[in-house]
Amino acid sequence: MAAPRAGWQSATLRDKRTETDRAATLHLLTDAWPGHRAGQHVDVRLTAEDGYQAQRSYSIASPPEDDGDVALTVERLDDGEVSPYLVDEMAPGDMCELRGPIGGWFVWDADDGGPLLLVGGGSGVVPLMSMLRHRAALHSGVPARLLLSARSLDDVLYADELHGLDAGDDELDVSITLTRTAPPDWPGYARRVDRPMLEEVAWPAADRPRVYVCGPTPFVESVAAGLVDLGHDAGLVKTERFGATGS
Amino acid sequence: MSPPFSRGFHRRHEAERADADRVPPGQYVVNDFPVLSAGPTPHTPLDQWSFTINGAVDEPRTWTWEQFQTLPAEEVTRDIHCVTHWSKLGTTWRGVAVDTLLQGIETSAEYVVEFADGGYTTNVPLDDLRDGKAWVAYEFDGEPLESEHGGPARMLVPHLYFWKSAKWVRGLTLSDDDRPGFWEQNGYHNYGDPWREQRYWND
Repeated sequence: MAAPRAGWQSATLRDKRTETDRAATLHLLTDAWPGHRAGQHVDVRLTAEDGYQAQRSYSIASPPEDDGDVALTVERLDDGEVSPYLVDEMAPGDMCELRGPIGGWFVWDADDGGPLLLVGGGSGVVPLMSMLRHRAALHSGVPARLLLSARSLDDVLYADELHGLDAGDDELDVSITLTRTAPPDWPGYARRVDRPMLEEVAWPAADRPRVYVCGPTPFVESVAAGLVDLGHDAGLVKTERFGATGS
Repeated sequence: MSPPFSRGFHRRHEAERADADRVPPGQYVVNDFPVLSAGPTPHTPLDQWSFTINGAVDEPRTWTWEQFQTLPAEEVTRDIHCVTHWSKLGTTWRGVAVDTLLQGIETSAEYVVEFADGGYTTNVPLDDLRDGKAWVAYEFDGEPLESEHGGPARMLVPHLYFWKSAKWVRGLTLSDDDRPGFWEQNGYHNYGDPWREQRYWND
């Protein structure tokens, strides 16, 4: 991979899109974005007028092919310091700093091939979305499946876009499971991801899919262990975890 | 050039000020214990666990879990710093000092690769594991170390970013030359001093 830029770059919020009650996508414009690979993240730095600074890492949602700006989808953590600002307060024209892209492991390039299995919990779908958008932008025919777990339909990120991608692509299957509340006529799953669900959605282990799992730690622990139990090679299961574990 | 202000952004967590001198630049304090790992959590049964020191040594050493438990252990309380920006202050561990493991081992090596179940590796200068700076820890907060945090045993090298403290560690390979480990080959700094904010390549 290319070495990440050592320095911080000023970035201007060009546009913000509300995704759910708790999440927004920020389109940030820099002078010289060096480009990124699907699945990478950036560090964001905020500076208050008194000089206080805070840094956090966020996954990139946009594909490498979007050369206009960098899109980050951020979920608000109510007791957080940075995410409430990004989601609720930051407005177009406001500035922050970006550093990156970062990470050379949890990445997928269309040239890597497949089949591709993506499993996301909550906002863990963000780096997986970058991979699906990258795949779509290149009209890659790599067979791909996404299993997305969310608390309710209102919490599903990118719902319309995923539906559109799924509908127009025979090589892509999107499965959604709702873990808390599901509409009465909900055709998808309505429980936490478990082994029978993985068995139905995941490719057979013998197909040796490239697997990317992202979400809160208990989700990633459970999904990754389930896949290994089903015979998937642990070396093909890449994970990215975020957030509090409570432990 | 000073960084641009983020209009309307201000500090929310005043409590952190009290410990400000313990928090390296770009870090924030957490009270829980987040997890960062690259793949599924391995689960090695204790009767199949061993710890090995090999490479540029006069003779490789290996301890079974049972033998490891008979080594003199130390309780240490340290601040830990993850490259993903969180720091956790005053964490308490119990384990065996690397000094204890190296006793009686003859080596001219200057570098170490920590290796772990699941294939993870990370490299450190040998001097950074000596003189009371590093442990192989098997208890956290008085309890056996949970597998998601690296149990049954993990490295504890608290003066470096925490990816230098390999979870599920199974041994140390000593060598005369420096061999970048897993994250070190994937964009992260070769040494990883949090006080010098050595997060990524070129820092």
